Amino acid sequence: MTVIKASNLTKTYNPDKIPVRALRGVDLAIEKGEFTAIVGPSGSGKTTLLNIIGGLDRPTAGEVEVGGKDISQLSDNQLIDFRKDNIGFVFQSYNLIPVLTAKENVEFVMVLQNRPKAERDKRAESLLTAVGIAEKMDKRPSELSGGQQQRVAVARALASKPAFILADEPTANLDSESTAGLLDMMATMNKEENITFVFSTHDQRVIDRARRVVTLVDGKIVSDERR
Amino acid sequence: MLLQLAWRNIWRNKRRTLITISAIAFSVFLSAFMISLNKGIFDSMLNGAIEQYFGYAQIHGADYWEDKVIDNSIEFNEILQAIPEKVAEVDDIIPRIESFALASAKDLTAGAFVIGIDPAKENKLTNIEEKLIQGRYLKATENAVIIAEGLAEKLKLQLNDTLVLLSQGYHGVNAVGKYPIQGIFKMGLPDLNKSLVYMPIKTAAYFLGAEGRATTLVLKIDHQKIVPKAIANVQNYMPADQKYTLKSWQQLMPELVETRQLKEGGNYVFIGILYLLISFAIFGTILMMTKERSYEFGVLTAIGMRRKKLFSVVWLETVMVAIVGAITGILMSMPLVYYLKVKPLTVGMMGEEAAAAYEKFGLQDSLPAAFELPIFLYQALIIFLITSVLAIYPLFKIMRLKPVEAMRD
Repeated sequence: MTVIKASNLTKTYNPDKIPVRALRGVDLAIEKGEFTAIVGPSGSGKTTLLNIIGGLDRPTAGEVEVGGKDISQLSDNQLIDFRKDNIGFVFQSYNLIPVLTAKENVEFVMVLQNRPKAERDKRAESLLTAVGIAEKMDKRPSELSGGQQQRVAVARALASKPAFILADEPTANLDSESTAGLLDMMATMNKEENITFVFSTHDQRVIDRARRVVTLVDGKIVSDERR
Repeated sequence: MLLQLAWRNIWRNKRRTLITISAIAFSVFLSAFMISLNKGIFDSMLNGAIEQYFGYAQIHGADYWEDKVIDNSIEFNEILQAIPEKVAEVDDIIPRIESFALASAKDLTAGAFVIGIDPAKENKLTNIEEKLIQGRYLKATENAVIIAEGLAEKLKLQLNDTLVLLSQGYHGVNAVGKYPIQGIFKMGLPDLNKSLVYMPIKTAAYFLGAEGRATTLVLKIDHQKIVPKAIANVQNYMPADQKYTLKSWQQLMPELVETRQLKEGGNYVFIGILYLLISFAIFGTILMMTKERSYEFGVLTAIGMRRKKLFSVVWLETVMVAIVGAITGILMSMPLVYYLKVKPLTVGMMGEEAAAAYEKFGLQDSLPAAFELPIFLYQALIIFLITSVLAIYPLFKIMRLKPVEAMRD
């Protein structure tokens, strides 16, 4: 089943001044349960592609369908709601809310979804157990290591029961041990729960674990390798 | 959780929050204190004037206020006498008959302001008996007078001497009488102290040939707050044939009202400047907070928080800081204002010149602060309004926020 379908995506920044063509006609389909890495040199358009398929940015031309729905036609609020209910984000810098505990951070998206307190508690605890930091659930981000924060970020991304997880350079700030642990955890979730992961990365350790590697150069897909 | 989030966000930068709270608290404290003190002083001036003479409202003949002559007096009839029974807000009606006369003793003469009073009723309103420095107070039916200290000095009169009064009575009759002096009193206002003569109203009416008449009827009303209601009810009760005019204390003492307005105007300018400075302090905090957290705002909208919800959290944070500051300011000012109500400042504390001026105008020596809840609540309301307006800035930023750009910054 196709979860994401991008057709002839182009993105041009500063179209009226000095145009920068970040994407030049990208076609990409991601199937349910894939563990995909989008790779390429800096400036190749990885983050732009991730932002557009995640509904954070709009393409200059082309379409993005998520679960069969063309998200480029949605209004601002519809897009926010769509992201909340369908997409989990993991950012390079974790981006947890500093004043909330690990558990509250995971609960937060469910609060936005107006889920009942009991359900939020149960799911947050179960997700934090799944990512291996149940004992730290009452700690604030500043009391956690980078690896632990990124695990909380993964748990937060999963909290809304999204169609897929978009992870933008998730290991960029982690040491080898934390990277290995995080990748093990995500690979297990992908394998056992069939959760779809799409990464943008430079990190060879992530590329080595991916089952599909899409390579972008100058805004174009130059290779798409399934392993 | 959003409320919790807002509250915790406030304390992310403790020092800045504490400085903002302190600035707000200080302004609320200063303005509440100043308003309470000024209102207390004004109320004290008002009470002084009311107790000295005016009362909260008076009834006169239709033309008396413009032309204060005995011919414009009114008959103190049963309808008027029944006002306290008919109008619940009026405790009593106190008649006066007032006229100017030539006062004479041996070969000395002086102008005198003669007031015929109901001794018992008048004393309840204006406490004349307390102002006596010699002799005794008047009895209702006696043919005698009490005179002001200044007049006694001018005419070289002492207790039990005889005062001769000459005047023009009702409808032009000659008014002549001689009266033993039963008491000498001291008035605060210098003009009154040099001219005032009190006598029982029946004696004065006989002297002026105006029996059963009065020039002024003072309405004794318990509290300033019920004056408008009292006046409205008296107006409804009185016959509508234009024979009478009913004046409130504001109409009787327009200078006092203008003084208050002038004083309040000055206060508002000062408080306006104070709150303007505070607005800059609050806006500075909002500006820094908005700038510092634009990345976070981007993340929050990225993960699915609608802009209005995000704004409501930011607005709550700003308002919470304002409320904490306002409550702190109120809690700081309340004990001090209450203390100054219970243990008022005295005129003496303001220096000898001020004390002399206050005494000259017969104002009360103590200047209690007004301890009124609305004064404190208005400050909180003003801060709330200022904050709500200033919070438009983050609203503007959040509404224009693009998550990708915010996270890139």
